[in-house]
Amino acid sequence: MLAFCVRRLAQSIAVLFVMSLLVFAGVYAVGNPVDILINPQADQAEIARTTAALGLDAPLPEQYLVFLGRAATGDLGTSFAFNAPAIGLILERMPATLELATAAMLIAVALGIPLGLWAGLRPETPAGRAIMGGSILGFSLPTFWVGLMLIMVFSVWLGWLPTSGRGPTASLFGIAVSFLSVEGLRHLVLPAANLALFNLALIVRLARTGTREAMRQDYVRFARAMGLTEGRIVLGHVLRNIMIPIVTVAGVEFGSIIAFAVVTESIFAWPGMGKLLIDSINVLDRPVIVGYLCIVVTLFVAINLAVDLLCAWLDPRVREGENA
Amino acid sequence: MTPLRQFAADFAKSRAAVAGLGIFALLLLAALLAPWISPQNPYDLAGLDLLDARLAPGARSAAGGTYWLGTDGLGRDMLSAILYGLRISVTVGFASTAIGLTIGVCAGLAAAWFGGWLDGFLMRLVDLQLAFPSILIALVLLAVMGQGLDKIVVALVAVQWAYYARTARAAALVERRKDYIEAAVALALPNARIMFRHLLPNCLPPLLVLAAVQAAAAITLEATLSFLGLGLPITEPSLGLLISNGFTYILSGHYWISLFPGLALLAAVVSINLVADRLRDILDPRRVR
Repeated sequence: MLAFCVRRLAQSIAVLFVMSLLVFAGVYAVGNPVDILINPQADQAEIARTTAALGLDAPLPEQYLVFLGRAATGDLGTSFAFNAPAIGLILERMPATLELATAAMLIAVALGIPLGLWAGLRPETPAGRAIMGGSILGFSLPTFWVGLMLIMVFSVWLGWLPTSGRGPTASLFGIAVSFLSVEGLRHLVLPAANLALFNLALIVRLARTGTREAMRQDYVRFARAMGLTEGRIVLGHVLRNIMIPIVTVAGVEFGSIIAFAVVTESIFAWPGMGKLLIDSINVLDRPVIVGYLCIVVTLFVAINLAVDLLCAWLDPRVREGENA
Repeated sequence: MTPLRQFAADFAKSRAAVAGLGIFALLLLAALLAPWISPQNPYDLAGLDLLDARLAPGARSAAGGTYWLGTDGLGRDMLSAILYGLRISVTVGFASTAIGLTIGVCAGLAAAWFGGWLDGFLMRLVDLQLAFPSILIALVLLAVMGQGLDKIVVALVAVQWAYYARTARAAALVERRKDYIEAAVALALPNARIMFRHLLPNCLPPLLVLAAVQAAAAITLEATLSFLGLGLPITEPSLGLLISNGFTYILSGHYWISLFPGLALLAAVVSINLVADRLRDILDPRRVR
């Protein structure tokens, strides 16, 4: 197990290194942010001064080393547009994104497992078919369009929920959160539901397939022979067995929820780091783009590592397979 | 019965799949014929009448026609805009799928056939890429390259090839152990011939299913990126851009400018997914028919 942990950790660090190189090369190789930042009437001397002040006159490998050295101390550069440390800008907006992503995942799991269980237990009933049909729709619906339609129905037509923003935030351990006040929750519902949709469909499918397979297994037959009620079989045995793949997928998908929050945040003007990324791409604010990518990639690698280690711990076959 | 007719008969057993194929064929036809069947040329600015701006579906135009799906902020007929937008969305989806499939299959077959360092290198690259969600990779690439039809196709290909490479390699690894490949090797056929004439046809079924699923995903991803303003420029309005244009009007109750392009997008994606689902059921040997 220790060997597995060490090998997996080394892989993660290698991935981080390669990604930092790719991200840096990609983002820094193109466009000249000085053109955007500086007054068009500026003369050559002024352009040269600004370029030097931003450290853009050094050769690319040197810029990369400077970037890497600073990144190691938590300094990802200064935003050209905000004139503030990029990492501060991103970290400031991270709680909003994490809150949205967590709310979305909770919705997906809390609705997806019961629906999938129901569809798996009664696949041929109208309700079972309707759930499956709904999940195909959930996969196919473009997230951003659903967001617009949610705003149209619940905000414009019915007038129940606000169209955008985060609403008032309350402070929890020094972090601003929305879910503690009614007004904050009203702002959170639509974006969270929008972001949850794809994973809801995914979890419904996983739970349904898992349930159908589990119901054919010997342990269910034995449980029946022992005279357990159907409710206890489903909750005590089937549910526990289908949870392993669902937990794995939910863990891995949490990363992609954070990535897809870019879209939802743009629609609902949710002040998270995804919206910051889109705004930064539009003004070529390199340090923020690179900073966002570094933080998200690190988050991803950490999530994947945690899920892998958890799986290895839960299921010995995984780590044995790695050794073979 | 010939294998092809058997396949068609299997496919036709699912009414949903047949309906999906029908809808998709209709959409494809509409997209192909857009310049001839749409009521107006939505990008001929001379043909637009600002007095007709933001008319509700079914309204009469100043010239006497009917705007069945309403008009946008410039008085453009939404039905025409959707038909033209569908054309662009479908083109982008198909072009990126075809190119991604070609690159991915070549990489996957080469990795399986030659093995060694090539296999290790390609598969580490695939692993690295698949560890990150497609939208993130596409966002970064477009942030670097800028807007444009060619650029979005490049971004989508870069996102997709890894899926094909992994699937092609897995299928080819199973096939290369079989006798017919050994026979081909014994005949001293050139590598390329074995790979493309013998290995490839037998690896096709899972690749076809994947290509269908990925084509739908590519169309959705392109729409999403265009919606975010990073995909296609305003001169080539795909469905995503039309929806994005309608976004500003939603708050004032002009729902149709976003609703109808979205429904067209949905119809395209759902119909492809229905066909893909059926293909998977028929072609996947692990599934009980």
